[in-house]
Amino acid sequence: MLNPSEPLVSLKNVGLEKSGRWLVRGIDLQVRSGEIVTLIGPNGSGKSTTAKLALGIHQPDEGEARRASGLKVGYVPQKISVDWTLPLTVERFMRLTRRLSSADIKQALAATGIAHLASAEVRNLSGGEFQRAMLARVIAARPDFLVLDEPVQGVDFAGEIALYELITKIRDDLGFGILLISHDLHVVMAATDQVICLNGHVCCKGSPDAVAESAEYRNLFGDRAAASLAIYQHNHDHTHLPDGSVRHADGSVTDHCHADDGHHHDDGGHEDPVGAAVRNRQETDHV
Amino acid sequence: MFDDFFTRAIIAGVGVALVAAPLGCFVVWRRLAYFGDTLSHAALLGVAMAFLLELNITLSVFIVCGAVALALVFLQRNATLSSDALLGLLAHSSLALGLVALAFMTWIRIDLMGLLFGDILAVSVADISVIYLGGAAVLAVLALIWNPLFAATVNHEIAEAEGQKPDRTNIIFMLLMATVIAISMKIVGVLLITALLIIPAATARRFARGPEQMAIIAALIGAAAVVGGLFGSLNWDTPSGPSIVVAAMVLFLLSLSPVAGLLLRNRAVLPGEKP
Repeated sequence: MLNPSEPLVSLKNVGLEKSGRWLVRGIDLQVRSGEIVTLIGPNGSGKSTTAKLALGIHQPDEGEARRASGLKVGYVPQKISVDWTLPLTVERFMRLTRRLSSADIKQALAATGIAHLASAEVRNLSGGEFQRAMLARVIAARPDFLVLDEPVQGVDFAGEIALYELITKIRDDLGFGILLISHDLHVVMAATDQVICLNGHVCCKGSPDAVAESAEYRNLFGDRAAASLAIYQHNHDHTHLPDGSVRHADGSVTDHCHADDGHHHDDGGHEDPVGAAVRNRQETDHV
Repeated sequence: MFDDFFTRAIIAGVGVALVAAPLGCFVVWRRLAYFGDTLSHAALLGVAMAFLLELNITLSVFIVCGAVALALVFLQRNATLSSDALLGLLAHSSLALGLVALAFMTWIRIDLMGLLFGDILAVSVADISVIYLGGAAVLAVLALIWNPLFAATVNHEIAEAEGQKPDRTNIIFMLLMATVIAISMKIVGVLLITALLIIPAATARRFARGPEQMAIIAALIGAAAVVGGLFGSLNWDTPSGPSIVVAAMVLFLLSLSPVAGLLLRNRAVLPGEKP
């Protein structure tokens, strides 16, 4: 059995190098039972790589990655496609790596809202439906440690909120330790215990602040939704310029940000109006 | 009944088809058709080695195919070439090496056509026992690794993260392929083994709702192709390997015809399946 006082997974100063370039470096991370840790960061900041280091798919080139012995893992990877030559129903997909009872399968499919698709072929599912099936698969297996890499991509907005609520609920009911990845810098769950912001290294980490009082979020998402969403607010001490160089708070410009830098933001990186609005507001705050 | 060469050929051929088809499903799912070709080309080098070192042919073919499969795994991890270029390199170098080696051994007269296209006359009782013992071993190992292998086929990273050890399973699968090629060489010949792996699986795809079902249907279709092809081969005095492949192709075409579509619609519900 797992020792409840030990973290399920811990990364200590972990780095991964590929053809002379460090994809991630100096990552410290722990996930315990019943805890949700969320990784956020821009594209290419090493979120998926960090998750794969935690899962043992990648072996670190420096530092130490440890998983509790006998750890039962569930993994929802980012963007997988099932070859159309595979005759694979949702039900068989649920049983991919574990034996499951029909009752467990039914329950998990109902929880993710696709009970009617149990005998549908996986290749005929829409993007959002497949994402729900992947989530149902790991929930039904009741793992100790769950890694969700962009679990709601392609899901419609109402569904997105419902699935985040479901993830929170299973954490509360079943006590999984969850490592969640989101590339939405501004939207992380209120239930997240710890947010880690990555950009090749850990920029900053801490507990997210509730944003229920924020007028922008109320307008955008409605009162009920705002209650389950939060914004992670922090001060920016350096800015990534479009050419890849970095301008620091004191005005100096360097090629890369430093491991001891705090959070950053991209001048050209945000494509969504919400992020821009938040950033503008924060920048106003700085002044 | 083993006295009749034709009966022996049918028994041997059906045995080969029953083993090849389930493996062939994985070849289709994993897009390994060219890998099958590479191994069968390497089989000719195995035959040359057998004559050179006075080894058992089946054993020698298995060793060479296994070595080529492992070389491929190693090269894929370390080389800067794409998989298809590596496969082409291995396939044609080993085929050429085999043909050159055979030509050097002037003291041996080999029926090259028999090696390339199969020879039903050559099937002995010993061959049949090798096919059935080897085939049973292959199917037993395949049944053992079926779930992890299928998980790794759907998604390598999920399989790895969830403790299925996909790398080890892949190597076992490649060795199973080498075994099948070694034992089926005499029936269909080295040039056409891949067809026996792929065509029944491709035909079964339309009728299957799940992976296990597809493997069973493919095995039955493969066996039917062997029986049909061998009767044709006897009737019209054609080489056994190509005749079996032509029969398999006919079954595939039938599966695309409207008659099969009708069958598909009115099909009875198979066990383990929801209506």
